[in-house]
Amino acid sequence: MSMTTTEKNPMAVAGPALVLLGLAVFPAVAPHFGLDYYTGFVMRMLIVMLIATSLNYLMGYGGMVALGHAGFVGVGAYALVAMTEAGITNAWALWGGAMLAAAVAALLIGAVSLRTKGVYFIMITLAFAQMLYYLAVSLRVYGGDDGYNLYSRPVLGFGLDAADDATLYWVVLAVCAACFLFFHRSVGSRFGQALVGIRDNESRMMALGYPVFLLKLQAFVIAAAVAGLGGALMVTQNSFISPSSMHWSQSAVLIVIVVLGGLGHRWGGVIGAAVWVSLEETLRMSTEYWHWPLGALLIAIILFAPEGLGTLFHRSPAGKGEGRGGIFYLLRRSA
Amino acid sequence: MDSIFIIEQLINGIGYGLMLFLLAAGLTLVFGVMDTMNLAHGTLFMFGAYIAATVHEASHSFVAAVLCGVVVTMLIGALLEVTLMRRLYKRNHLNQVVATFGVILLADDFVKWMWGASPIMASTPAALAGPVQLLPDLPYPSYRLLILVAGVVAALALYFVVNHTRLGMLVRAGASDRPMAELMGVRVQSVFTLVFVIGAALAGVAGALMGPLTSVQIGMGEGILIPALVVIVIGGIGSVRGSFVAAMLVGVVDTAGRAFVPPLLREVMAPALAADVGPALAGIAMYVLMAVVLCFKPGGLFPARG
Repeated sequence: MSMTTTEKNPMAVAGPALVLLGLAVFPAVAPHFGLDYYTGFVMRMLIVMLIATSLNYLMGYGGMVALGHAGFVGVGAYALVAMTEAGITNAWALWGGAMLAAAVAALLIGAVSLRTKGVYFIMITLAFAQMLYYLAVSLRVYGGDDGYNLYSRPVLGFGLDAADDATLYWVVLAVCAACFLFFHRSVGSRFGQALVGIRDNESRMMALGYPVFLLKLQAFVIAAAVAGLGGALMVTQNSFISPSSMHWSQSAVLIVIVVLGGLGHRWGGVIGAAVWVSLEETLRMSTEYWHWPLGALLIAIILFAPEGLGTLFHRSPAGKGEGRGGIFYLLRRSA
Repeated sequence: MDSIFIIEQLINGIGYGLMLFLLAAGLTLVFGVMDTMNLAHGTLFMFGAYIAATVHEASHSFVAAVLCGVVVTMLIGALLEVTLMRRLYKRNHLNQVVATFGVILLADDFVKWMWGASPIMASTPAALAGPVQLLPDLPYPSYRLLILVAGVVAALALYFVVNHTRLGMLVRAGASDRPMAELMGVRVQSVFTLVFVIGAALAGVAGALMGPLTSVQIGMGEGILIPALVVIVIGGIGSVRGSFVAAMLVGVVDTAGRAFVPPLLREVMAPALAADVGPALAGIAMYVLMAVVLCFKPGGLFPARG
């Protein structure tokens, strides 16, 4: 991977730090420009980034293309709703419980699904996500098809007021940043490198004595737990969840976001989510026909920059096989 | 629940299964021969339905409607193959999934612009409005019977083409070992285009025939795409025979689930609970079937490649 080359590049540290700083001051600055609405919007984008990053971890580093990630988002969200109904109000306990619920679901589903590979894996994860979807539709205690409204936001403690959008924004930003750091460290760890090895050559890793199935299951559970956390954060922000957020098309959109941003690229999920969520918002506000530009963008990306937008942000040594995608590459080629 | 009701539902299930097979056959051929995942297959189904409904409305001839639906869908399929799919064959499945998802988004907006956002009416032909007496106590809608017959005819035609013609031989050769087929001098490019257009034609037939039974609306393609994908996975991707068996299984299981599970549950549990659980179980039935099959046979029932 090109990870080691970017590590030496000072921009690789300064860039993300600047973005993080910008994101951190945003809610404080936005009201002065009448952009209050966008605090909530950016918070939503951060949560999608978190979920997309967990899927990128699974797909890009683990090589497991799962078409059921939205199912785990839903498990996390409904777990939060169920615990709130049971009287738990502490946000941290609720978020932790949501992660645990998604992890347990992923342990059971992964144990069965990981027996299959390739397209069959895509389809069996879809099947389980559809089962979770229909389960949510049938849960009439939590609103069934119509969804469920949370009466008040959970309590954050530590003197933080969750009802205030800016406060919740900062907490969400901190949680997301911590998760990105975790994923980054995890990819560099022994476990992460073994995972990349399995992605590239499963039988060789098995011959080397790695417990391939267990490692994949572990990655599957971690990714699902973070997706569950994303779902819980989503309910916390919107105070609303409905089965439609577990629909298979949501899982497809998550895959699209990851490929758009750059599969297996460190910032793939972040960039993809930023581009997709912003485009969706802008197009939806400006025209009734807001699907087709997104469709055209996807086709263009696949035809002309198949490795995603993330590859725009670091140069690769000319002539090397890596980093062929991206618009910069095309410009360099044609110049 | 009497035996007449059960027989009627089973026939419905077989009819639905045949329509699923028409879609799944195209999907599985495209996958088997070109190793390509095409999510836009449901879009071709949608075009078939919209065009047939429009032509039927204008010309009052159902035969002309179905023919137009099929021919235009084939043209759209050919256009799609030449402009996009051809460039995706060598890519990985993920790229194909994302690009064809893009096609879905484009096509859905096109349909919205052309026909409007609300569903359009597709009427059954007037000659087939009444029921047919299948058994002394079993009247059956004649239009559904037509679908059954058309599905069987299309399946037989496909069987004949794949197993008893030169083209079918090339297709089977490509599906079982593409590099070898290329080395033996098969003109792969034209076979690919032809296979894609045949798939489009089958999807067009299914769309044109299903239109009057379901509502013709945006998203109908995605609605049937998932069951069709379930069918090809259960059958073993690339196997036409497998997808026929799987289509029958899924058609019957899905229809039976919707017809029999809710009343059965009402017998054994509280009505309120049954009303909650019944539809969910019915919706899940087909996915449980797939998960169980993959659990025991991770390559589907009839794996096409060893």
